[in-house]
Amino acid sequence: MPLNVKANFFEPGKRYFRAFSPGDDFYEALIETHRDLSDEQSAMVNAKLVLLLANHIGDISILREAMKLAREGV
Amino acid sequence: MLSTYQYPKYEYVQPPEQKSGTSQRYPVVVVGAGPVGLAGAIELAQSGVPVVVLDDDDTVSVGSRGVCYAKRALEVLDRIGVGDACCDKGVSWNVGRTFFRDEEVYNFNLLPQPDHKRPGMINLQQYYLEEFEIKRAQELPNLDLRFKNKVVSVATHDRGATLQVETPDGIYTLETDWLIVADGARSGIRKMMNLEIEGKIFMDRFLIADVVMKADFPAERWFWFDPPFHPGQSVLLHRQADNVWRIDFQLGWQADPEEEKKPERVMPRIKAMLGDDREFELEWVSVYTFQCRRMQSFRHGRTLFVGDVAHQVSPFGARGANSGIQDTDNLCWKLKLVMEGKAPESLLDSYSEERVFAADENIMNSTRSTDFITPKSKTSLTFRNAVLTLARDHAFARALVNSGRLSVPSFLTESRLNTPDTASFKGDMVPGAPLDDAPIKAAGRDAWLLDRVGNRFMALLYVSDPAALDAATARALKALGDAPIPIEAVLVSPAAGSAPEGLPVFEDYTGRFAERYDAQPGTVYLVRPDQHVAGRWRAFETARVKAALARATCNAQ
Repeated sequence: MPLNVKANFFEPGKRYFRAFSPGDDFYEALIETHRDLSDEQSAMVNAKLVLLLANHIGDISILREAMKLAREGV
Repeated sequence: MLSTYQYPKYEYVQPPEQKSGTSQRYPVVVVGAGPVGLAGAIELAQSGVPVVVLDDDDTVSVGSRGVCYAKRALEVLDRIGVGDACCDKGVSWNVGRTFFRDEEVYNFNLLPQPDHKRPGMINLQQYYLEEFEIKRAQELPNLDLRFKNKVVSVATHDRGATLQVETPDGIYTLETDWLIVADGARSGIRKMMNLEIEGKIFMDRFLIADVVMKADFPAERWFWFDPPFHPGQSVLLHRQADNVWRIDFQLGWQADPEEEKKPERVMPRIKAMLGDDREFELEWVSVYTFQCRRMQSFRHGRTLFVGDVAHQVSPFGARGANSGIQDTDNLCWKLKLVMEGKAPESLLDSYSEERVFAADENIMNSTRSTDFITPKSKTSLTFRNAVLTLARDHAFARALVNSGRLSVPSFLTESRLNTPDTASFKGDMVPGAPLDDAPIKAAGRDAWLLDRVGNRFMALLYVSDPAALDAATARALKALGDAPIPIEAVLVSPAAGSAPEGLPVFEDYTGRFAERYDAQPGTVYLVRPDQHVAGRWRAFETARVKAALARATCNAQ
């Protein structure tokens, strides 16, 4: 299975009437996770977040693809 | 003075109280003749309730304020008789484009479906909307619109309110059973009543420039993050009527509002943006900050708060006037039933509950847009720019780009007025949903569903052939109209034909109704006067419809 780059956010049991809502729910939670943190603390939170999500995904071929895309143009 | 618009001056007429020297009592007084107060006053007057409107000024909104009027507000404006005037004068648009630095990264279409009467949005200077509403208001004999009438004190009590009103002829007293407060964000009445409005101020400033120019940009909303001509900030461009273009420059919190308003500061910004020697004229310039906040409750006894006085949002999403117009649409039918003694006063609590729910949704969406547009930390800015960078190539990131989630009506799914489903339905027309439009034929003529429903309760029964409806069902449908709160029954059918008992037929000749409402033969919807779904079933039964009506009017035991 290739890396999914289509819109994919949802929350079990929640009904959405607007296409933008699930992505906005996620983004708000992401920004909220960093509230009141210093830049250094935020960098640490981001690193931990990547590791947690990477383990959840598990499939290293997918992770390699994501890492490649993330590095492009930086 | 504006070069494209002459502010009308409306005549002050001495109020009858001051002529006669006696105080009078009225059923409803609306304070504030802005777009929201006028919409409410017109809707009430049209439904037969006499209304007095008090406004401290004698003209329309000065300067360009509200710009975008959304599909849902236009549908309400249609029902108060000004939708066509607004759409004829305004600039219709559906497409928005978002740029990051010098590249387009994302675009959206507000109206991805065909077959709706109204576009996703029109752009129209607020003064035009108010002018059209005032013209409509002055056509209604039971609407008494009083200019240069400033409320200087208010005393509320369990029979209504007593107001002291100042005019060029002095101060007079006026009594009202019900008071609708629509005097805007800086409401005098709210302060006089010592009511709080809570929320937060955003630490940012924006420059509004309305510019007159001949330009062949398409009628679209263009939004830039960090453009070369205004680095580090955002810019928004909108076309309005009369070749007036609204340009909105983010300035940052440190900007000096007085300095930024000076033409020698504004002109170079616009020239850099246009990038050529095109001629333009400055029509209006202002610098603003904004807040997201709302009152705890929009009802205080016999005083009802509508529009900006009750709730304010950031402008990204056009959720201000658009939600205010939906406030009055939600309120008017309920107030009328309560005034007629056909529903208990608790129905007005549902006004507050439903519109607080909508206000919270508007505040949430406009706050999210603001946080995306003006990130509050380095990390937040990094995420924002990562989204914009990924958006060029990846659909998931395009969905996260948030330059404003434009005003759409709330699905009032939590309302106690809804009767929950007992059968399964596909699609979005759940109890509490605002009705989707559909093209229909009524009496053989082309029409729109949303032009034919609303202002009263209606039952829409979907049948395969109107002529084949059995006599007993036809009589039962017809009988729904003979009640203190009548329900007008209509058949919706893919086939033309006349129905027994003279029941009206909406011919769903394109099948859009069936598709959008997941209608099968026997499906019935009970629709509120404000065009929200009250309940729906797979088969018609009088008792169920009547129980849902009772529930939707707080008359259920």
